Amino acid sequence: MKADPKGVLTGAHFMDGDHAACEGALAAGCRFVAGYPITPSTEVVERFAARIPLVGGMFIQMEDEIASSIAIQGAVWGGAKVMTVTSGPGLSLMMEHIGLAAITECPCVFVDVQRGGPSTGLPTLPAQADMMQVKWGSHGDYEIIALAPNSPQECFDLMIKAFNLAERYRVPVFFMMDEVVGHMTERVVIPEAAAIEVEERRWTKKKPGEYKLYETGPDLVPEMVMAGQGHRIHVTGLTHDERGYPAMNPAAQEQLVERLLNKIREHNGDLVDVREDGVEGADVVVVSFGITSRVAGHAVEAARQQGLKVGHLRLVICWPFPAQLIRELSAKTKAFVVPELNMGQMVLEVERAAAGKAKVVSVPHAGGTVHEPEAILAAIREAGR
Amino acid sequence: MSQEALEGAGCAVESDNPVLPFLRQDRLPHIWCPGCGIGTTVNCFARALQDSGMKLDDVAIVSGIGCTGRVAGYMNLDSFHTTHGRAIPFATGLKLANPKLKVVVYSGDGDLSAIGGNHFIHAARRNMDLMVVCVTNHTYGMTGGQTAPTTPQGATQTTMPYGNFENPFNLPFLADACGAVYVARWTVYHVRHLARAMKEGLAKKGFSFIEALAPCPTLYSRRNKLGDGVEQLKYYKAKSTIKNGADTKDVGLTFQGDIIVGKFVDRERPTWLDSMNGHLTKVFPGKFTPYGS
Ligand code: SF4
Repeated sequence: MKADPKGVLTGAHFMDGDHAACEGALAAGCRFVAGYPITPSTEVVERFAARIPLVGGMFIQMEDEIASSIAIQGAVWGGAKVMTVTSGPGLSLMMEHIGLAAITECPCVFVDVQRGGPSTGLPTLPAQADMMQVKWGSHGDYEIIALAPNSPQECFDLMIKAFNLAERYRVPVFFMMDEVVGHMTERVVIPEAAAIEVEERRWTKKKPGEYKLYETGPDLVPEMVMAGQGHRIHVTGLTHDERGYPAMNPAAQEQLVERLLNKIREHNGDLVDVREDGVEGADVVVVSFGITSRVAGHAVEAARQQGLKVGHLRLVICWPFPAQLIRELSAKTKAFVVPELNMGQMVLEVERAAAGKAKVVSVPHAGGTVHEPEAILAAIREAGR
Repeated sequence: MSQEALEGAGCAVESDNPVLPFLRQDRLPHIWCPGCGIGTTVNCFARALQDSGMKLDDVAIVSGIGCTGRVAGYMNLDSFHTTHGRAIPFATGLKLANPKLKVVVYSGDGDLSAIGGNHFIHAARRNMDLMVVCVTNHTYGMTGGQTAPTTPQGATQTTMPYGNFENPFNLPFLADACGAVYVARWTVYHVRHLARAMKEGLAKKGFSFIEALAPCPTLYSRRNKLGDGVEQLKYYKAKSTIKNGADTKDVGLTFQGDIIVGKFVDRERPTWLDSMNGHLTKVFPGKFTPYGS
């Protein structure tokens, strides 16, 4: 399906990442946002609140992030494409509802403009320290998808992908920005609506009586309905059977939880999105994401000028983690270097996938600013020795 | 469906029981204890739905967590069993995304007024178009009988083993003060009044709040030596006074004391959505299409 032109601000613009993310959501068909102000993400909802009346949709500022993160889920069952926007402390408050979205298979997008933590931390300064929180933050076992844009242009482009993946897999999708990407202003080109592919919700064609809320085909993703269509659905956060009815037994639990995991794990091929630069034949591969990938790019260039064979692998989709790719590379490369604006989160995944076959060097940073390229360059040199 | 289940749901046992079409019969028997008052409120709600003449496809029910939180799952409606305390914000999203739905929030006193208290006051303030039914049994039933914000002073609960010394909420007063357009309280002794209040709530545009006092014989009554469910009904009968239009600040409850029931508030105020549509129509003359139209 093509994007609805009403939401598409076609043209070349000069805008920051927060605003571009909002435009991406509008282009993707997002028509309901519930949010609560929090630095450095607020500009996303401010723009949405300003734009949505004439696009045709709804913004509501809720009483807190807990309310925002569940109001959007109510809106999904009312038929809308939805998003909420926050930063670390707000994201922490939303955790229970990430589990609810996972178990009820509610397609929704959570934008996290990351700032320094823990707690109130550095409200106006960047970090990438929520990467494990979005993967593991709610209790129980489930899968999510997370994307990390590194520019305002990508805030637009990848936001459309985030919405499309939420619909395709019916999972919460996280849009992992950071304060720098959110507040940096660059050229953003928004294409014609006819050039933007958006995925429609997987509406069922079945009639009331034939349709079961959580019956799936081979791709393990159920079809959807909305309230008011006569299906008389029951949606619960309890473990449930195919009809959606509570089922309090180990067999139902195993069946449901395995499917929630496998509907993502069996599609890992579709969900690998990396940008490779000179990775083939490299001695050292830098693995980066988000804003850090732009700093790492400079370090990689500098290392090449010094004659080192360095590749750069940027994760666009961070979760699910491209473990297979790293596993294959670890047989061909000496070392991975993993810079990130946290004290070592995604590096744990690289280590897990490399499983001792290649050296893994972490380049941690507590946040507040980006890395010095020299720190990454030094790590590349050391790793290549 | 078993005779027990019907009785437990507060239904008269008749083969052509008019309440049955409103229940998910494939989910019965329900989980509630014998003598629990929740089933009686469900019976009243079913009758209200019937009397309202609404198409059931146009009504959705949202519950939080707890014994009353299970109501959504037994109603033959589009139904949502959400998280503890958060039924109201979920319902807000559902209603705003599809304003043609009548959205009912049906939950317990702990769920709505403790963990969900912030959402409750803000939805009333906004005059969100929701009907909120609060089953007040003064306790947390699902977790075994702990103190609620509605537990009267002097009542004993597992987390107030020497008697509750906290001041309880007067929920009709709270709803009124925050801007609810319809506020009523009945007990499960007053089944006809309660069903009528629910019918009025279904027809009312805006935030309507109906408190239904109901016995929890298993935990609240037993711990406080108040007898079984029938004993509590006798108490409701003996101590209730109907005072329609009573000032809500005067309707606070005390331990086994007098109960004022009635329709306290019935007024008009634009809903959140009507306010938004009206305001933006003025801000963008000729350009804004009212949402939900
Ligand atoms: S514990 Fe109390 S409130 Fe819960 S079902 Fe039993 S009697 Fe009803």
